Amino acid sequence: MELLRIATAGSVDDGKSTLIGRLLFDSKAIYDDVLDSAEQHSRRQSSEYFNLALLTDGLKAEREQGITIDVAYRYFSTPKRKFILADTPGHVQYTRNMVTGASTADVALIIVDARHGVVEQSRRHAVIGALLGIRHVVVCVNKMDLVDFKEEAFRPIQDDLHALLEELEIESHHFIPISALEGDNVVEKSDRMPWYEDGPLLPHLENLELSDLTQDAPFRFPVQYVIRPLSNQYHDYRGYAGTIASGSVEVGQEIAVMPSGATTTVTHIESPDGEVTSAGEAEAVTIRIADNLDISRGALLSSASERPTSDNTLDATVCWMGERSSLRSGAMLRIKHATHTARAMVNELQCKIDINHVSVTEASEELKLNEIGQVTLRTSEPLVFDQYASSRGTGSFILIDESTNETVGAGMIGRPPYLGEIGS
Amino acid sequence: MNSPEPNSNDLLTSSQLKALEAESIHIIREVVAEFEKPGLLFSGGKDSIVMLHLAVKALQPAKLPFPIVHIDTGHNFPEAIEYRDRTAKNLGIDLVVGSVPEALESGRVQASTLPGASRNRLQTPVLLDTIRDRKFDAVFGGARRDEERARAKERVYSFRDEFGQWDPKNQRPELWNLYNGFTNTGQHIRVFPLSNWTELDIWQYILEENIELPSIYFAHEREVFERDGMLMAYSEFLKPENGEKVFTEKVRFRTVGDMTITGGLKSDAETLEQVIAEIAVARVSERGASRADDRTAEAAMEDRKREGYF
Repeated sequence: MELLRIATAGSVDDGKSTLIGRLLFDSKAIYDDVLDSAEQHSRRQSSEYFNLALLTDGLKAEREQGITIDVAYRYFSTPKRKFILADTPGHVQYTRNMVTGASTADVALIIVDARHGVVEQSRRHAVIGALLGIRHVVVCVNKMDLVDFKEEAFRPIQDDLHALLEELEIESHHFIPISALEGDNVVEKSDRMPWYEDGPLLPHLENLELSDLTQDAPFRFPVQYVIRPLSNQYHDYRGYAGTIASGSVEVGQEIAVMPSGATTTVTHIESPDGEVTSAGEAEAVTIRIADNLDISRGALLSSASERPTSDNTLDATVCWMGERSSLRSGAMLRIKHATHTARAMVNELQCKIDINHVSVTEASEELKLNEIGQVTLRTSEPLVFDQYASSRGTGSFILIDESTNETVGAGMIGRPPYLGEIGS
Repeated sequence: MNSPEPNSNDLLTSSQLKALEAESIHIIREVVAEFEKPGLLFSGGKDSIVMLHLAVKALQPAKLPFPIVHIDTGHNFPEAIEYRDRTAKNLGIDLVVGSVPEALESGRVQASTLPGASRNRLQTPVLLDTIRDRKFDAVFGGARRDEERARAKERVYSFRDEFGQWDPKNQRPELWNLYNGFTNTGQHIRVFPLSNWTELDIWQYILEENIELPSIYFAHEREVFERDGMLMAYSEFLKPENGEKVFTEKVRFRTVGDMTITGGLKSDAETLEQVIAEIAVARVSERGASRADDRTAEAAMEDRKREGYF
């Protein structure tokens, strides 16, 4: 089984850091000296119980304030799987961190405090996960110990979020009542909630099947770099290096070179371990072709029969991340899409999306930090792209401020079907 | 002897390592494509060895188009220096050495006279000088996010200002595999292609790829003495004090750093398989076990990183 990338988000009090600490602790990913250091800190803060959350908060400011500020990546593994967990804060002022963590994740882990039920933040996590193309959601209803492990606390939360996840077209969702603090249903099945018949969290994550939707997707290969050894031994060698964004490719296959649209045949595929006859999604390979065509970084090798769109206007959902600026019509930015960097102008800010109630949109003059909206962009050169919903690799882009070089926006090409009509 | 049947655990490891390998190769190729003057920090330690191995794989059959860079405290294990020189020669690439002893001699840096002080911190100004002198706009480092909690917040492309400083609260958001490498003159990007690898991943990859390591990673007999619970190698750079006794012990080193701050572990692991078996059950992190520099303060690494450390 492949590694599993999980994104989680939470606020100060819902027990997210405790849950992660529990997963790391119980899967023995925490070394004793790290434990000791967290314990000492606990003592200095005179915490009553050993604070599992201190295992995860990395920066001095975070430990002092007791909050997670930035995305932190955690690693743990079991004999069945390796996990990479993007741990992000949940407060609205950190939406951009949540978006960042979700951008590479396969699964979203949403944590709900059993005492408070579904709050705005829980809905926001689900919406951001859906916007970022996450197809699997696991909802942990935490702090069951504080509601006497009662089913009546759990079911309304499940019913409420279930409806939202269906509306967001999430492929699989699963609800687990837990107590991160006491370890119920995290690694071991709790015997204090006999009404819950499914398994605990960790085995669920270990066995979660990721659908292979992208295996059947058309071949997409953004060219990163042209390898030309310029040596006698490899005199005429010209290889196109890159990572397969979707689909697969085999030797002898006819492909199209975008944006020119010229067709050619794959003659060699070189993996890191030598020549292979075929390669699939996420593999880093070098492709050689039959014809001598003008191909450089930014070009895209594609299935000849199912080609991507090549256009210099595009419709996209954008999360604004700039602290000192906002997105407005007419703004000029750099855009990095796959391996292609160009300039982009904001033609129109169509609407702002209410991330707490995704079907609601409103007209707006600008997108500020952490706001998400639907925009039309015009680029200085045509981009070769797909809809984000069908290909993350060729459907995503970042926006960069030309004067500060900061990353100020993240974009997903297309329009999610569950967005309401503009102005609704 | 029958060869053992491959079990499902081996297959699992292999698919994970391939995914990590592909991700790292992608990052290395982005840097080579987008930057004018990259350099690769190389200490002769296992992480930088794996990083270099990945860079070679990413760009084969072409020769590496950038040099390897070593910041030498003058207190390194001779085995690591020998490995470094031989590697550069075999690959036919340039080796840039930033020398702490030279910086001490020229007065660029001052040695601390405090007890327990090492040259570790002196590496930072020498590293920053080397980056500036050579006009590197991207510098590959072998740091991993699992090493230390300040590192867990580090980006793959980590922006450094004109002073080489890292500002953990003001990092560029990093989404998908779209890295923002734009800088102005004098600024640079530290690139960490091994961000998502764990210590165990590194060892398993070394085994799977049959990568040669400096001999100090394997159990060998050495004159050592005990300090703060660590076995320090007896050398001309570090001598016992206050009645610390020198004795011979079979040890291996879990990290390769400056000899004066890198402690060894009592071990019988002479092969990669044996080392991995020991690490898989180890209960102390590699930095906690073998780096005196990380023990000095709870936020020692964050502080050093802010100043421009590796």
